[in-house]
Amino acid sequence: MRAERLNVRAALLEPRQIGIAGIVVGVAACWVALPPVTARSFVWPIVLGALAAAVGAWTIRAGERRVGWGAIAAALIGVVGGIASTHAATGNLKTVFVWSALFAAMLRWATPLTFASIGGMFSERSGVVNIGLEGMMLMGAFFGIWGADKTGSWVLGIVIAVLAGGALALVHAFFAIQLRADQIVGGTAINFLALGITGYLFIDIYGDAGTPSGVSQIPDIHLHFLDNVYFVGPAIGQLNLMIWLSIVVLVGSYVFMFRTPYGLRLRSVGEHPRAADTVGISVYRTRYAAVVTSGMLAALGGAYLSVGFVHSFNQNMTAGRGFIALAALIFGKWRPFGAFGAALLFGFSTALAFQLATVPAWSSSAILFRALPYVVTIVAVAGVIGRSIPPAAIGRPYTKQ
Amino acid sequence: MSATPDTPDQPGGGDYAPSPAARLALFQRAGGIVTPLLTTLVAFLMGGIAVLATGKDPLNVYWEIFKGTGLEWLIPGVGNRAEQALNLQQTLILTTPLILTGLAVAFAFRCGMFNIGGNGQYTVGAMGAAYLGNKFVGLSGVTHVLICIVVACLLGALWAGIAGFLKATVGAHEVITTIMLNWIAYWIGSWAYGLGGRLQDPHQPSVPVSPDIAQSAHLKVFWGDPVLQGLHVGFFGALGALVVFYLVLNRTTLGYEVRAVGYNPEAARYGGISVARNYFLAMAISGMFAGLAGAIDVLGWEFRINVNDIQAYNAGFIGIAVALLGRNTAIGTFFSALLFGALVSGTSTRHLDPSVFRPDLAGNLTSIIQGLVVLFVGADLLIIYLWQVRKKLRLIRAGTEEA
Repeated sequence: MRAERLNVRAALLEPRQIGIAGIVVGVAACWVALPPVTARSFVWPIVLGALAAAVGAWTIRAGERRVGWGAIAAALIGVVGGIASTHAATGNLKTVFVWSALFAAMLRWATPLTFASIGGMFSERSGVVNIGLEGMMLMGAFFGIWGADKTGSWVLGIVIAVLAGGALALVHAFFAIQLRADQIVGGTAINFLALGITGYLFIDIYGDAGTPSGVSQIPDIHLHFLDNVYFVGPAIGQLNLMIWLSIVVLVGSYVFMFRTPYGLRLRSVGEHPRAADTVGISVYRTRYAAVVTSGMLAALGGAYLSVGFVHSFNQNMTAGRGFIALAALIFGKWRPFGAFGAALLFGFSTALAFQLATVPAWSSSAILFRALPYVVTIVAVAGVIGRSIPPAAIGRPYTKQ
Repeated sequence: MSATPDTPDQPGGGDYAPSPAARLALFQRAGGIVTPLLTTLVAFLMGGIAVLATGKDPLNVYWEIFKGTGLEWLIPGVGNRAEQALNLQQTLILTTPLILTGLAVAFAFRCGMFNIGGNGQYTVGAMGAAYLGNKFVGLSGVTHVLICIVVACLLGALWAGIAGFLKATVGAHEVITTIMLNWIAYWIGSWAYGLGGRLQDPHQPSVPVSPDIAQSAHLKVFWGDPVLQGLHVGFFGALGALVVFYLVLNRTTLGYEVRAVGYNPEAARYGGISVARNYFLAMAISGMFAGLAGAIDVLGWEFRINVNDIQAYNAGFIGIAVALLGRNTAIGTFFSALLFGALVSGTSTRHLDPSVFRPDLAGNLTSIIQGLVVLFVGADLLIIYLWQVRKKLRLIRAGTEEA
């Protein structure tokens, strides 16, 4: 009955779309209290929040649980954030919420996560757990800047980073696939190893002085024609090359994974290796390729961090980003655009944390925003807002018969 | 055909790998004590190659690290006894939390789970102890210490219990939830003791540190000088935990159920054991060990908690290496904790002579060795694999000789 009725309606009125509209309204509940609107009355957030919650409740009843709960969560956060903002000083709000700058910062923080989480997707979709993403990123970060320093060219730096990340991933692949070692233990070992190897080489080569300051950097892309466009100009007019590359990688990996026979093979190996083997797909070779690719992509993320963003290297400089990338992958349900969306959300929370810290009164609490990605991910795996379900054969080594 | 010792009695015809605990059982039958020793040896050899690459003599460096650990003290009559005793005290102080975080990983492992959240559980335990240690000034020493320790254990149990609860109720993978909980604890700690944070010491507003705990909450020093950071009674706490671990696992119904679930959850469920309940309890107990580790460090020798320690100290992760190398048994955990404690202490700035080898370089060497140990220990099939390669080579050689 219901399905028929919905079919008659325009596609725009599907519960899913309405739920997404609810999320937007929920976000708007907070947004109205922020610059440039800066509503000072608590009525606006409450009205919009109530509307969003009602839409969310309807959406849940219509069967789209995940989106519906998302709208309710957005409504709650929106009302709380909105009311809090109406109490904050307008001057402070104006310092923090420069939307174009926040947008650009979000992209900067999200890019390493995007690379690594898409890398993780390759590995995990093929059935190999990769909690070594952190270590592979770290390899990319160190070897990227080392390569750029020694060869004088950031291009070669990136190439060397990718090779180093791939090499470390190969170790993981060998132990996970060939030796059928526990993949979580292997990933832990990879993280230890990368921490030790990069730290050791860093101290041995650069010592106390650190990486030199004049290292070749990945250039920014300055889009001159956007210079005077409102919001768009400052937001994306001057982004690092790697940020654009991450978008290319995102689209490319989506096409590869879901629109080519190779992607289908890779996913089948992760869901049912025996069946894949039976129809003539080499499970081992596919998994090797997937894990090495994941290491290379994670290393790209690390290289962006050191060569493109910070322009130097420090011991353990990835500081848990590999784990956030893992969280983004899980939160995004092992899908490229899902992972990208999660990376943007997590990037935004980091950008906001740094921006909030510029106001002295808020600087100490701002740091709590850094925990947000992890809380959100626990909620996601707990299944409150639609369960994240991993590939069926993940973590299980395959034995050829 | 297959290069594995996969047992045929598995569902799916040996399609997939056995559970971690079943794998462990196989491992123990296959290698005895030889494999962990061999693993360690190979890891040190490869670490030695790294030292060689920097142009230093590996034997000399290892000897210096060994001297820094104070383990020479155990061989009476050589060298400077007082200095050796001092070094050994430091080594044992560092070994203490590693025993406990190792037990935390081992206990969950025996129930078929991987507790990667030792760091987070350690942090919340340490935070609880630091908070209460600063309160209740004027209590008698024993009561004060007990309150701190009990609360820290409960906090650790709560933190790990979240992961256990989610695993038991909705099947959320404990590796993912414990990783997330680690970082939540990391940022909560960084916020609480950071500049302007809720629990930061009001007397030193520019230092990201908690207030010092009261004298009554200090653990007694039983060996060495309290001023020179002697060995505190928390060491016996860790040894006691080893005994508790052994007794609970091997002499109680709970331990029996935990192990049964670890070997085969389906069979355990069929036998009437509540798998969900054991998942939760095993995680909570596991978190208790890690929380205790945090409390003992704060009450025993740190006396405060600072953001640097929360962010840089990896007790929980080293615990993984400890448990794996110690094969998740009490006695094994003790010796591997001692090994890693000695490594950390021997490569510290305090003990390693910079003219022999830079301590910061040696610290990274420790990470490499830990990584190699975990890598090799995790690969129980490596030995079997090498064995088969050898056999294959022999066959090829025999073949060519015939021809």
